Amino acid sequence: MGLLRLEALRPRVLAPVSLCVDSGELVFVSGPSGSGKSLLLRAVADLDPHPGEVWLGAEARSAMPPARWRRRVGLLPAEAFWWTDTVGDHFPQAAAIAGASGTPPPSDLPALLSALGFELDVLDWSVGRLSTGERQRLALARLLAQNPEALLLDEATANLDPSNRERVEQLVDGYRAGRAAAVLWVSHDPEQRARLGGRQFGIHDGRLAAIT
Amino acid sequence: MSLVLLTPLDLACAALLVLLLAFMSWRLHLGVERRLLIAAVRSTVQLLLVGLVLKALFAQTNPWLIGLMALFMLTVAGFEVLQRQQRRFCGPWGYGIGALSMFISSFSVLLLTLTVIIRVEPWYQPQYLIPLLGMLLGNTMSGAAIALDTLTRGAWDARGRIEARLLSGGTWNDAIADIRRDSLRAGLIPIVNAMATAGLVSLPGMMTGQILAGSPPMEAAKYQLLMMFLISAGTGLGSMAAVWIGSRRLFDDRERLRLDRLRPAGSTH
Repeated sequence: MGLLRLEALRPRVLAPVSLCVDSGELVFVSGPSGSGKSLLLRAVADLDPHPGEVWLGAEARSAMPPARWRRRVGLLPAEAFWWTDTVGDHFPQAAAIAGASGTPPPSDLPALLSALGFELDVLDWSVGRLSTGERQRLALARLLAQNPEALLLDEATANLDPSNRERVEQLVDGYRAGRAAAVLWVSHDPEQRARLGGRQFGIHDGRLAAIT
Repeated sequence: MSLVLLTPLDLACAALLVLLLAFMSWRLHLGVERRLLIAAVRSTVQLLLVGLVLKALFAQTNPWLIGLMALFMLTVAGFEVLQRQQRRFCGPWGYGIGALSMFISSFSVLLLTLTVIIRVEPWYQPQYLIPLLGMLLGNTMSGAAIALDTLTRGAWDARGRIEARLLSGGTWNDAIADIRRDSLRAGLIPIVNAMATAGLVSLPGMMTGQILAGSPPMEAAKYQLLMMFLISAGTGLGSMAAVWIGSRRLFDDRERLRLDRLRPAGSTH
């Protein structure tokens, strides 16, 4: 179900990219800064205008309302932005938890938060007081709570200490295996790429090529 | 009713005061004397010209000439809205959004006033149409300009937040809702404030004019009230139209935030 297929996708600075990420597959992309890694992910999420098509399973992106596409193909940007003051406002499920105590939460949000080292009370925290690392982990929680079928991760562990990095890696890996989600991960950390395995691609001179 | 006619000498006396102010600005190194004098000369020429044009217009009541005058006023107002944008839309949209929203709001309120409220015969009688349109356009212009400016600057600054909402599966409408609300509020605040303090500190310009020209104060007050209500309706409608068209234009058919449709601040072309 989580099969993600890029067809002659052409973000601004890249030559056409065709790439297939299978259900439950992890693919790493690396390259020097400014080479267009983030632009590639933004193009897949359909944030910038560009030629090309992306398929999720048998469904074409162009045939799907954009909001629905972005919910199903979830992008974690390198910098996490928040649009209200409270963390919980960004989780649609949080209202249900707060509203009806005693009834089970409608999703596995508590499990998700604890896997990232948070208690449930983090939902009441103010966004302005979060550290960079906390923002990054909570942004991942926000993304996974949306139940995307494919994940696009942009330097998901860049601001994390080793123990939190491990938490994020395990969580993403578990999500990938458990939901058969396709994962396209931009990472500049060679050890991380070696640790998690998967196919590896590099961007050089505007071209995406497999690293053997 | 006695109307004290102003002689050129009377006006020259008042103009001397402006010259005095310019002289002081020069002595105190305020640096506004040049702009002050240019603005004074501009207003003199413009108002005298308008006086002449209106005199000719009133004598004829020719609907085509009146239409031409209205079109001219709208064109200038459109440029004025454009001038006040820090980050304007590229291409014809930059001018079009302001002009179109002012056209919709000012002309609909104007037609309603002339045909239903004041009921002049014929409805395009220039003594009523031109001053009413002027007041409506002048105020709608400020409202639409402030609202549009707040919208485009807000979207520019909040790019990350808007895209975060899009990425969380929100529509363009969800993503821009907060900024749109702020923009509308900013566009409406001047007229709301003007209504709230009307008469307490200063008499509004139109009422002052009517009283100086000899109208009974109660009649002047009634006309001023009518104008304020019409202006607030026109400003509200105009700001709403501008913000709606503008916010839609910030996104494309795939609901991507298209800040490339805005010109960078400061560039003129």
